[in-house]
Amino acid sequence: MFPEFGQFSLILAWVFSLLLAVMPLAGVVLKKQALQQTATALSWAVFFFLAVAFAILLHAFYHDDFSVAVVAANSNSALPWYYKLSASWGNHEGSMLLWVLLLSTWTVAVALFARTLTVELKGSVLGVLGIIAFCFLSFVLFTSNPFERILPMVPADGSDLNPLLQDIGLILHPPTLYMGYVGFSVAFAFAVGALITGRFDASWVRWSRPWTNTAWAFLTIGIALGSWWAYYELGWGGWWFWDPVENASFMPWLIGTALIHSQAVTEKRNLFKSWSVLLAIFAFSFSLLGTFLVRSGVLTSVHAFAADPERGMFILLILGFTIGGSLLLYAFNAAKIKTSGSFELVSRESFLLMNNILLVVIAFAVLFGTLLPLLADAFSWRKLSVGAPFFNSVFNFLMVFLLSLLGIGQLLRWKKHNKKGWRITLLIMLVSAVVIALILPWTLSGKLYWQVWLGMALVFWVVASLVNMVIERTRNSRSFIAGIRKAGVGFWGMWLAHLGLVVSTTGVVLVSNFDIEKDYRVEEGDSVQLNNYRFDVDRFQIIQGPNYVADRGVVSIYRDDKKVAEVNPEKRYYSVQGNVMTEAGIDGSLLRDLYVSMAEPLDDSRKVWSVRLQVKPFVSWLWWGAALMALGSIVSITDRRYRLKTSSASVEKTL
Amino acid sequence: MKIRPLVILPLVFVFALFALFGYALLSGVDPKEVPSALTGKALPGFQLASLQDENTVITREEIIGEPMLMNIWATWCSSCKYEHPVLNALSADGVKIIGINYKDERDLALKWLQDYADPYALDIYDPNGDLGFDLGVTGAPETFFIDSKGQVQYRYQGPITHEIWQQSLKAIYDEMV
Amino acid sequence: MKWFKYLLVVSVSLFSFLPLSSYAADELLVFESEEQRLRYVDLTFQLRCPKCQNQNVADSNAPISEDIREKTYQLIKEGYSDQEIIDFMIERYTEFVIYKPQMSLVTVWLWVLPGLVLLGGLAALIYLTRSRKQVDEESLTDEERERLNSILKDDA
Repeated sequence: MFPEFGQFSLILAWVFSLLLAVMPLAGVVLKKQALQQTATALSWAVFFFLAVAFAILLHAFYHDDFSVAVVAANSNSALPWYYKLSASWGNHEGSMLLWVLLLSTWTVAVALFARTLTVELKGSVLGVLGIIAFCFLSFVLFTSNPFERILPMVPADGSDLNPLLQDIGLILHPPTLYMGYVGFSVAFAFAVGALITGRFDASWVRWSRPWTNTAWAFLTIGIALGSWWAYYELGWGGWWFWDPVENASFMPWLIGTALIHSQAVTEKRNLFKSWSVLLAIFAFSFSLLGTFLVRSGVLTSVHAFAADPERGMFILLILGFTIGGSLLLYAFNAAKIKTSGSFELVSRESFLLMNNILLVVIAFAVLFGTLLPLLADAFSWRKLSVGAPFFNSVFNFLMVFLLSLLGIGQLLRWKKHNKKGWRITLLIMLVSAVVIALILPWTLSGKLYWQVWLGMALVFWVVASLVNMVIERTRNSRSFIAGIRKAGVGFWGMWLAHLGLVVSTTGVVLVSNFDIEKDYRVEEGDSVQLNNYRFDVDRFQIIQGPNYVADRGVVSIYRDDKKVAEVNPEKRYYSVQGNVMTEAGIDGSLLRDLYVSMAEPLDDSRKVWSVRLQVKPFVSWLWWGAALMALGSIVSITDRRYRLKTSSASVEKTL
Repeated sequence: MKIRPLVILPLVFVFALFALFGYALLSGVDPKEVPSALTGKALPGFQLASLQDENTVITREEIIGEPMLMNIWATWCSSCKYEHPVLNALSADGVKIIGINYKDERDLALKWLQDYADPYALDIYDPNGDLGFDLGVTGAPETFFIDSKGQVQYRYQGPITHEIWQQSLKAIYDEMV
Repeated sequence: MKWFKYLLVVSVSLFSFLPLSSYAADELLVFESEEQRLRYVDLTFQLRCPKCQNQNVADSNAPISEDIREKTYQLIKEGYSDQEIIDFMIERYTEFVIYKPQMSLVTVWLWVLPGLVLLGGLAALIYLTRSRKQVDEESLTDEERERLNSILKDDA
């Protein structure tokens, strides 16, 4: 009976989402406060019934209810309980339900924290979120119902979860990523709400900034988790493949990054308002686009869900309605947005605009590169592939400019930079960055790649700029600590996020140029020297896992005859679906990862293997950098002025 | 109300994007289906031994001259077994089929032909997959349609069934005859 | 600067690229030079497995990927250049097999379109910094200006 309750709960949520989509917005149009005020209660109703539905789905997975189709197709009684639970979002239907549940979580969060919004704006924002919830709940109910039963022939056991997904990565990565994707819906709703109500005061940016930053932080962590997961789980040591699905998550991130910077200008200087509105619409649109690309089957990807053109069409219609509708609204109302104030070429506004231009160009290049194969195919020109070589070259090229400008931009003043001697400061920064970048890698490795030199010069350039910022901020204070305090969390959030960018860049530059990867034929007792690490292959053994059998290698790693690690790479055979998985043996540390993966057995005894050995310097910096970026984003919104009780009341009075 | 042309640009951009997606969905573009690089081109040259006799060398020039199918098969390939009776039937209907035994062992292949009958006008032995590579083969079974001038007209991946032959492949073959 | 010294010491040992030597175990593929080996690695990352979802041949265990890897190795040893090897593969497996788009009327847009967007952005930047935007500010009514000021004041 439980699944039917889930179904029923889902239908109730759908009905309430329809009311949420219609009533408050009707109230805005008809200027009836009573209707506008229904938004909060309706948001809670949608959230409550979705939470019940999702809990029932979890229950079905936990208790192996194989009469439910998605459970039978994606779980198995032999799975550990935590994979049973995470299996509920390891499939199309369940993940879509999670997506809508998270959307309604964001919606009630807005209802809860934005208590001091005007009734009209709050009604509009929640109403817009209601429209999105209604669209996607319709999609879930009519094309992807997770509570569909297989009756009366209930399978004895489920056909198992794809072994790639039997991992902590599946538990963490999708919910975080979805929180990010869906979180942009709030910025979107604020932008559309402003378009509907016609109020474009600085106040709407101030209300929407914390939401944008939070969503962006989730997305950053989600992408980093996905990259880290691919790194250790796919077994070949790659951390970014420019796969269409990865690009689908990277594009909203790029636009979201642009949005954060543009909103900063809008809040501080009341400029770029129309542009911020547009970016807010596009950040969420790109999130939706990702949903479409992953689930429609128009592109080939390693992570795509089962392709289904009918579902694709449904999502496309939703996209057409929400994105098309909001852009139409924008086209009609953008003229009402008044911009005031001016700025010069050398000013913070101008450099933030350049940041926006570059980020948008990168996002556009990624979009076009991802879609060109589809375009060429649809017009029957030819089948072609656009992959890492293209994306890397364009991305790296534009990043050079982005980082160069960042080093200058974050030192500049608003409106017009007229500080004395700033050119000299820049020159000192430049010279020191270039020199350190030349000397450091050369003395350390004895080799000089221009890519490393350029990459590290950019890193040190931004670091010099970050140091300079701290000096500037603390110079006139009583003490260093007092200066740090006075700078404010907004400043430190930005500082941390930019530091994170530098840390990630360092990781990318060093691991791309200095990683070593070699394939060997090894037997038990063999030993391989790679740089200053010696890999001793102690033995190969066969082990029995909970739901797989594996060949396992026992490899001891020595440095200067001192044992530093023992790793256990595995080749796993999952019997239920007949999958083979390469489980890498990794010894991670802050400055390098040692990565061992077993490729294939070279004879029948299973004691001779081809093995790939890798030394990957600074690879973990990639993900630590992302963590710093997310942290910075969160730190900056703890600023007092976002605590709406104190500041927004005064803003409201002025409206 | 005056609308600036610039603010319509995003709408136009998104509309173009959706038109592409809609078209891709409706026309059923399959990103996984990759056509053969050889379509419309001459069959590449080769020099390989016969399956039955390792001393008999077969070359491209010897086999071309009339329309035929070139079938890539192997004993390790399970769907080849599924396809085999269809090939037998086609051969009985007078379709000339050349068999390329792909990355296989001679003994196993000969036993297979003994057990399931030999639909092939000629059996070519390609143990290292050299010809297969030149043909752009990605797995077995695959079937190339070659006209009387030695040009590749079409390549079909996967096992041929009676239905598929009647629905689409027969027309391609008939065009060559 | 202590941390820097620490970093220096650790990194020195990390990056000291000793001549690469191995004993007992053999490398799977033997090359005449390090340069050839790097070319091989690079090419296998650029070539796409024609039968997989979306993987390069270096990371794929599909039989066809093994074949392509082996052919790449052979051709490098036979002295083919990178472009010749790519052309060789395209001739057999179509342009689908290479992740690096080959210049053509279709693919040239990959660079041209983002370039145009960039130029458009720069034009907008120049326009915005040159044109006097004061006009807009003046067009505010007194009431609006007052409201704006009180909002901006909260930033201080």
